[in-house]
Amino acid sequence: MSENNAAAWQALTGRAGERAALLGTEGLPTRRVEAWHYTPLQSLNGVAWQAAPALDEAAVKQRVDALNLPAHDGLLVFANGRFCKSLSHLPACMDVQEYGDGAAVPALLAGRFSAGLNAALRQPGARLHVPAKTDAGLIVMISLTEGEGVSTHLHHSITLEEDARLSLLDIQLGEGQYLTNPQMDVHCADRAHFSHITHQAESREAARLGIISARIGERSNYDSFTLNQGGGVARQEVVSQLSGPFSNTNVNAIQLVDGNRLNDLSSMIHHASPDCTSRQTVRTVLSENGQGVFQGKILVDQIAQKTDGYQMNQALLLSEKAQMNSKPELEIYADDVKCSHGATVGALDEDQLFYLRSRGVLEEQARDMLVQAFLLETVELVEHESLRDYLLKALPGHV
Amino acid sequence: MPAVSETREAVEKLAKSNYEWGFETNVEMDLAPKGLNEDIVRLISARKKEPQWMLEWRLKAFRAWQEMSEPNWAKIKHPPIDYQDAHYFAQPKKKAGPKSLDEVDPELLKTYEKLGIPLHEQEMLAGVEGAGQKTPVAVDAVFDSVSVATTFRKTLAEAGVIFCPISEAIIEHPELVKKYLGTVVPVADNFFSALNSAVFTDGSFVYVPKGVRCPMELSTYFRINARNTGQFERTLIIAEDQATVSYLEGCTAPQRDENQLHAAVVELVAMEDAFIKYSTVQNWYPGDENGKGGIYNFVTKRGLCKGDRARISWTQVETGSAITWKYPSCILAGKGSVGEFYSVAVTNGHQQADTGTKMIHLAPDTRSTIVAKTISAGKSDSTYRGLVRMQPKARNGRNFTQCDSLLIGDQCGAHTVPYIESRNMSARIEHEATTSKISEDQLFYCRSRGFSEEEAVGLIVNGFCREVLKELPMEFAVEAQKLLQISLEGSVG
Repeated sequence: MSENNAAAWQALTGRAGERAALLGTEGLPTRRVEAWHYTPLQSLNGVAWQAAPALDEAAVKQRVDALNLPAHDGLLVFANGRFCKSLSHLPACMDVQEYGDGAAVPALLAGRFSAGLNAALRQPGARLHVPAKTDAGLIVMISLTEGEGVSTHLHHSITLEEDARLSLLDIQLGEGQYLTNPQMDVHCADRAHFSHITHQAESREAARLGIISARIGERSNYDSFTLNQGGGVARQEVVSQLSGPFSNTNVNAIQLVDGNRLNDLSSMIHHASPDCTSRQTVRTVLSENGQGVFQGKILVDQIAQKTDGYQMNQALLLSEKAQMNSKPELEIYADDVKCSHGATVGALDEDQLFYLRSRGVLEEQARDMLVQAFLLETVELVEHESLRDYLLKALPGHV
Repeated sequence: MPAVSETREAVEKLAKSNYEWGFETNVEMDLAPKGLNEDIVRLISARKKEPQWMLEWRLKAFRAWQEMSEPNWAKIKHPPIDYQDAHYFAQPKKKAGPKSLDEVDPELLKTYEKLGIPLHEQEMLAGVEGAGQKTPVAVDAVFDSVSVATTFRKTLAEAGVIFCPISEAIIEHPELVKKYLGTVVPVADNFFSALNSAVFTDGSFVYVPKGVRCPMELSTYFRINARNTGQFERTLIIAEDQATVSYLEGCTAPQRDENQLHAAVVELVAMEDAFIKYSTVQNWYPGDENGKGGIYNFVTKRGLCKGDRARISWTQVETGSAITWKYPSCILAGKGSVGEFYSVAVTNGHQQADTGTKMIHLAPDTRSTIVAKTISAGKSDSTYRGLVRMQPKARNGRNFTQCDSLLIGDQCGAHTVPYIESRNMSARIEHEATTSKISEDQLFYCRSRGFSEEEAVGLIVNGFCREVLKELPMEFAVEAQKLLQISLEGSVG
């Protein structure tokens, strides 16, 4: 461990106290660690990360009001890792349970650094419970972080009982050079339906290590979509386990990387039960010195016969300096399966550009149109109409 | 079985011509003491009568190796290898083998029969004692590389091609060996290549001069016997400007062997407009049905397209070995150079394969194609692991990758781990992978036409691999098809 690294490490383990063991003994992951090979955490080094102080609620309210939110049935606001009760409200059918002091890493996330970090420095986040046969509608959750050299580690837990439905728009934003490390553990009981949008719009200087675990019961559906567009170095990690038969999961994402930023979508789709389906489309647009990372694994257990898995990741490089690293992975132990993945990396299609130019479209406009078309196809995978509209507005040039 | 019959013919021909050259067997030196240290490296070098610079090269590699640790990223499992518990210089003749074919594992003989290997060759391959006497040709001699050079030396010499054992090349063509050895796979490239560099005892050297199209397919068929002595093969192939060469490396019969480590290194250098085609059919002993024994095949193969428009093509059919760890790669350094990788990897029983390729695009307009077919059966595990990297200067680079896996039975695993790295916007990379099983419809169709289930599976698997098999030289392709069928025996029903 270098001197610089030691500063960050000491601060984090010091704050973790007796939970420091959850962080392991290896220090911050380096490039030599396979899972972090493409996503170096140098920007975390040299900062003695402190706990984030409370923010002024009036200022937080102002930030929240400025957001162009879709019509919703509930709102949860967190500022610098603290729940802002006065700004939040929930539908009557839903409980916010008292948060226990659990600090274990769920089995699904064992060995993952982001989860260990969260467990060591965990702050209570949303703990939502949607009762059986209830449609909780659309809940918006906003996590705002502000400050320099501070870190937050919210832990959310979301449970959908049998036949329950929930849509969640999870917006993460902030200002300054901070570290944010949210974790969400999702549990969908049988026949539940959870549609989850993460809009990662953190500060351009921030480091973000977010992680989601999802356990999905029989005939249940966890539909995850991430818009990864902020953070200096930002990883969204999704571990989705199909643990009951006939369940489905989607782990889709759009990544928009510009400046000197790095955005990373790492996922593990685990078929642990027969007759399940999974779909994944990840599209990354890179400009300036942007670096994009996609690491997606589909794991099919021996019992998961009749699995149908599909994964596609495509990247569009718009500048000479942009870089894309992708690692789509299949690990398959069952023979009666249909699994495929595809990956493409390239520039805009010259023929398509020529077509538009020959019809009198200006070069710059033509490029924008093609980029937007590339993204639009992915946004259309979101079922919820108002969420789709929200995402379209968040994309550059308002598709 | 053209290649096998070719082997047989060659053996017979030599028998008739009263092959007299004695095989150099120094009884004293049959076995170097167990273990690996600088003295052993010196001993190997001295036995090979190598010049001082070669010894120093080996020692450098050995010292580097001592600092390194075994790679652990591959998806393979095996008990730790004790590198000190092996002979690094050994002659197989000393080993007490079975007295006659009756004592040989009948399973092994069955396989030979299917491959159409003549009886005396079977004895030789099974390591029957005295097999060499019954066939006075001294199969050793035929199988020793010296004879290759003898048989074809004239034709090759007329064309200006050098094809000889690398130990001979070190002495006779030191300028060429010095210039190229270790330039594609540096001594300290990885754990196994460093080990190989320190202790390699055998291998081939090929040099094709400018503008020459090698008049025949170069083959190591005749040297399979050397496998037993040289666990550490070293091959170096150089094709000068506009030269073309096709090299076949093969072992079509599984050998009676213990759990044994093979760490070979192959280096290819292709200059401007040169073309090197390197084909491998590997069918070493995969271990018994309980996963006991078998070869650990840890190989480093790499080609450098040094000149503009150079082309290197790797084709491999991997059906043997208990563990295969092998990534034939291309470094595309010349403008417009081309790299190709065609692979079939079949695993059955308890075999494990972690294989694939690396295509490193350094120059503009470079192209690469990867077609990898993986077939897993029994309790085996097979992984395709590949890297495609477009460096910033690889303007207009192109890559197409296709990985298909076929699973036979629910006890096996098939995995795909491609790494795709692009640092140039004008480069285009496409990758696709599928995993599936043999469809019931296809099976039913074949069965309804009178094929047994096993034959039907063989047929379908051959169809699945066609894209790769068609890249093999004719005689290899025929054998490879048979091999696939044999490897998958017992995997259905």
